[in-house]
Amino acid sequence: METDAMRLDGNAIGGLMLELFGAEMTAARGVCGSCGAVEPLAQTDVYLNAPGTVVRCRHCQNVVLRIVRAPGRTWIDLSGMRSIEIPDAG
Amino acid sequence: MAGAAVLGRLTWQIAEVAGTVEETPRVKTIALEAESWTGHRAGQHLDVRLTAEDGYQAERSYSIASAPENGLEITVERLDDGEVSPYLVDELREGDRLELRGPIGGYFVWGVEDGGPVLLVAGGSGVVPLMAMIRHRAAAWSRVPMRLLYSSHSLEQVIYRDELERLAARGDGLEVFHTLTREQPAGWTGYSRRIDNELLGEVAWPASESATVFVCGSTHFVDAAADGLVALGYDPGSIRTERFGATGG
Amino acid sequence: MTGFVSRGFKGRRRSGGPEGRVPPGQYVTDDFPVLSAGPTPHTPLEEWSFTIRGGAEPVSWSWEEFRALPSETVTVDIHCVTKWSKLDSVWEGVRVDTLLEAVEHDAAYLTAFCDGGYTTNLPIEDVTDGKAWVAFGFDGEPLEPEHGGPARLLVPHLYFWKSAKWVRGLELRDEDEPGFWESNGYHIRGDPWLEQRYWGD
Repeated sequence: METDAMRLDGNAIGGLMLELFGAEMTAARGVCGSCGAVEPLAQTDVYLNAPGTVVRCRHCQNVVLRIVRAPGRTWIDLSGMRSIEIPDAG
Repeated sequence: MAGAAVLGRLTWQIAEVAGTVEETPRVKTIALEAESWTGHRAGQHLDVRLTAEDGYQAERSYSIASAPENGLEITVERLDDGEVSPYLVDELREGDRLELRGPIGGYFVWGVEDGGPVLLVAGGSGVVPLMAMIRHRAAAWSRVPMRLLYSSHSLEQVIYRDELERLAARGDGLEVFHTLTREQPAGWTGYSRRIDNELLGEVAWPASESATVFVCGSTHFVDAAADGLVALGYDPGSIRTERFGATGG
Repeated sequence: MTGFVSRGFKGRRRSGGPEGRVPPGQYVTDDFPVLSAGPTPHTPLEEWSFTIRGGAEPVSWSWEEFRALPSETVTVDIHCVTKWSKLDSVWEGVRVDTLLEAVEHDAAYLTAFCDGGYTTNLPIEDVTDGKAWVAFGFDGEPLEPEHGGPARLLVPHLYFWKSAKWVRGLELRDEDEPGFWESNGYHIRGDPWLEQRYWGD
């Protein structure tokens, strides 16, 4: 299925997250706001082929991050993530 | 100093192409020199941004192929309907410049200090970040047990073939297993099929060895390999995955 | 803009297209790019239904009942907010007018809801008078799952994120309730001729 081949993981948005959050985020552990699963952001399902970037919990498919970029501004919806643990820069 | 290092990663910087090497007819390694490069860890990638004369921009991510000890190189596979990879493989030449950002990644990384054993599973160009790990291990003269299971369509498409043979011949704990899924040369004694649970069972350490695993390739390849290892008893938390898009290069 | 140019890089061919057919900022493609915010659902037709809620009573059609409704083939141009436009695309579907006729309502807005959880919002007047369909065929064939099959909303006069894939029904409302993209930066209406891509455009 073509859309399944288009599913990537959080590594694919490492650069985007570095730019938006100012920190390395692929190893940051997020808690899914829907099912409570805890995973590094690298272990999420990422869809880049959309009008925005959609990041889903691998366990329950809940949208944990939604990012829309427009000229001069970016919208980030984190409401699907209950919390995130970001390791200090090594 | 730390602040400057972070800013260097956040922003786009210009790098110059120091040289190129054709690895296979569709795959090229590009050596880069970037003034503000802060170094990298094996497994990390960088983002490349290209700008056309009319201002149109395209960005893609490429894994760093070189060991941290040995400069900055990326290896790019030309995808037939790609937008960026044909430019990088066919057009880009020594002296050209491109914009890059990185290094990126804190999860899909390995250093000798992390120990082993380490199982690397590569599908096609997914071998690139794993080769950085192999090269880093060699540069550090480490004896951490490491196995590479590398799936390619044919022998001609195996990237870094000679170097892998040479490194495995050192007998220092690195073993390389190839599987050629579409075409095999006469007399081929390696595997000749897509990776399945039986093949994984023969190459991977028993789950009790608590190996760390890195799998890289297309989404389909990675999902199948990771599921196979879990079926062999591997703890899902020990399997680190990085998926390359099937299209979009 | 940094002013940096990559020598010899052209990118994909991006043509402007025929006069008056292509909204501002768009380029024409012959492909049909697949965009997706999640995994492709695979609802079996025996389990599929289309429901309109929020009127006097909910009204539902099974797949057989839906396919028994009058349908038509239309040729329309579609415009994606990611800048590609596809001209003269051929679709087969049931007019939203036909579906709404079965419901007693005085709603001014609706939210389309879909398998997989996607939603998008529309004023009723943007889906009536022959402006919108629930489409089950594309290019003479049954609509493929990756393009929204078995059925998707088709609202060609607005940006294509409004043409919700895997649509399962409409929720009629008194107010315009931003959907999946509209609640996170994309314009509440999305008229490509006014280049209404984002909030505030």
